[in-house]
Amino acid sequence: MGTENHFLLKMRSLHTYFFTDEGVAKAVDGVDLELEDGGTIGLVGESGCGKTVTALSIMRLIPDPPGKIVQGEISFSGTDLLTLSEAEMRKIRGRFISMIFQEPMTSLNPVFQIGDQISEVLRLHEGMSRKEAWNRSIEMLKMVGIPAPERRVVEYPHQLSGGMRQRAMIAMALACSPKLMIADEPTTALDVTIQAQILELINRLQQEKGMSVILITHNLGVIAETARKVAVMYAGRIVEYTDVRSIFANPKHPYTQGLLKSIPRLDEHQGRKERLEAIPGLVPSLLDLPKGCKFSNRCKYVFERCVEEPPLIETGARHLVRCWLYE
Amino acid sequence: MNANGNLVEVKNLKKFFPVHTHFLSRAKVYVQAVVGVNLSIRRGETLGLVGESGCGKSTLGRLILRLEEPTEGQIFFENEDILQYDSQRLRLLRRQMQIIFQDPYSSLNPRKTVGSIIGEPLIIHHIGSKKEREERVLELMEVVGLRPEHMNRYPHEFSGGQRQRIGMARALALNPKLIIADEPVSALDVSIQAQVLNLLENLQKEFHLTFLFIAHDLSVVEHISDRVAVMHLGRIAELAKSEDLYRSPKHPYTQALLSANPVPDPALERKRTLLQGEVPSPIHPPSGCNFHTRCPYKFEPCPLEVPQFKEIEPHHWVACYLYGPNE
Repeated sequence: MGTENHFLLKMRSLHTYFFTDEGVAKAVDGVDLELEDGGTIGLVGESGCGKTVTALSIMRLIPDPPGKIVQGEISFSGTDLLTLSEAEMRKIRGRFISMIFQEPMTSLNPVFQIGDQISEVLRLHEGMSRKEAWNRSIEMLKMVGIPAPERRVVEYPHQLSGGMRQRAMIAMALACSPKLMIADEPTTALDVTIQAQILELINRLQQEKGMSVILITHNLGVIAETARKVAVMYAGRIVEYTDVRSIFANPKHPYTQGLLKSIPRLDEHQGRKERLEAIPGLVPSLLDLPKGCKFSNRCKYVFERCVEEPPLIETGARHLVRCWLYE
Repeated sequence: MNANGNLVEVKNLKKFFPVHTHFLSRAKVYVQAVVGVNLSIRRGETLGLVGESGCGKSTLGRLILRLEEPTEGQIFFENEDILQYDSQRLRLLRRQMQIIFQDPYSSLNPRKTVGSIIGEPLIIHHIGSKKEREERVLELMEVVGLRPEHMNRYPHEFSGGQRQRIGMARALALNPKLIIADEPVSALDVSIQAQVLNLLENLQKEFHLTFLFIAHDLSVVEHISDRVAVMHLGRIAELAKSEDLYRSPKHPYTQALLSANPVPDPALERKRTLLQGEVPSPIHPPSGCNFHTRCPYKFEPCPLEVPQFKEIEPHHWVACYLYGPNE
């Protein structure tokens, strides 16, 4: 369907800040992203790097106050989402762009049956009748692999296991066949065997429906299995951006390299090993960022140039790095 | 000093939690959290204990510490039956075994300063004068990488990784022989996880500690453990040296767990065994081998009787009929 240059989502220069009593937290400070039709991009980073705020900015779910999108453009199928009214955004959420969250228990309404929650999406966006929406909900539960869906559809979230709740949330997100699904740490709260099932489900549905996915996670293993393009975030910025193979085979930013070295590797089958190479120090507080390159105070390659913040530098086929080492 | 070098030995340990179906009912139904576990922890080793949520690994850890009383079975510490201990001897025993908890947020008293949290075990066990305790606290803080000025701060002023360090300092205060680490790094970011794991390794060397390391993250467990036990629904399915378990897993459940673990290497083509269905309930566990309902290799003997836990190769134990019938 899409040509090489057909981008479903184009984000330019997004700046989302939180204005607090202690100062301004620049949660997202100049992020550009491009997502092809049917593509999957992984947003990787640790707590506080800005990946969730980026996703919430796309959905226009940033609480205001204290948050505010102070600058930027998010073009979705040609329309800048940041210029839409709340009423217009409501038509988009759940219908064209959907989101699934990390904690299925807190994002499902505990006092409504699963069937009602999926039906709500269908009745709101597709104008279905109660009966039609209910039947479609059962189909959706079946599609996401919930056994005996006609029994589950009348249950409440607390009656389902974590994996099933996540599937129910995916069913809700996909009910209207959105063009874009944003999955924010969709499997972090789940056991590894259920995680594998959910990732396989997301991959399969994506292929079947030609859907684009933004997958947010701190787990590099999950990224390796699902993403095609990867953006590594740190302190509100993208510090490295390339395809998934290159990120693992040839990580360029010292932070990305550090992350990869600090993960214990199951595939090496060495049993007990000595030490992991940990990145020293802590992720800086957004209220107290270092001057110049935001990673400079933890970087083992820091040199004079680093007192100035580097731009994203192109190093070979579509591999961008925010680091003076590549000037 | 005992002959076989086992610090802890657990024999046929069972823990059943009653489930009250309604307010006035006497429980006729039980959560079978730990069902007949035989395990030993050797002096100086790190024994990893893996399994998914609800498999009983945390309960097993708590039973060893006598934070829960077993329904049946025996627990030996340095060859002494600790279930026979009265409260006085138990109190002395508690100096020898300590715990580090998973949640760095709820395991520290928010109303106490760091110094007071770390020093509390010394006060409870009447160790040292006030001055001596203060010195010891400073010593412990240095060992875990906290600065002296942190002593008068409160937990909420620290990051998750730092709070975990506070928990470790507290666990070390009494010079224990055994530390039960219950998911100590699960709540931490990847780069902090590496720092904390390295710290645990250092502490073990310096203080000759024995660890029971409970976790669901297989890569972390492989990295830090000498031997690994895999638990499923209250029973040990497999026990082996770390490298043997990962290179040559015998139990189908272990194979599924390893296969499900996402590996940070997109170039790796893997055949995955995806388990079908949900984790069975520990209230109504399957008959015979409790894994048979999800096992791809199930055959006639499996639902009939619980398979024996046998040593099928030197130091490699499995409970599975694929390796022979019960004797």
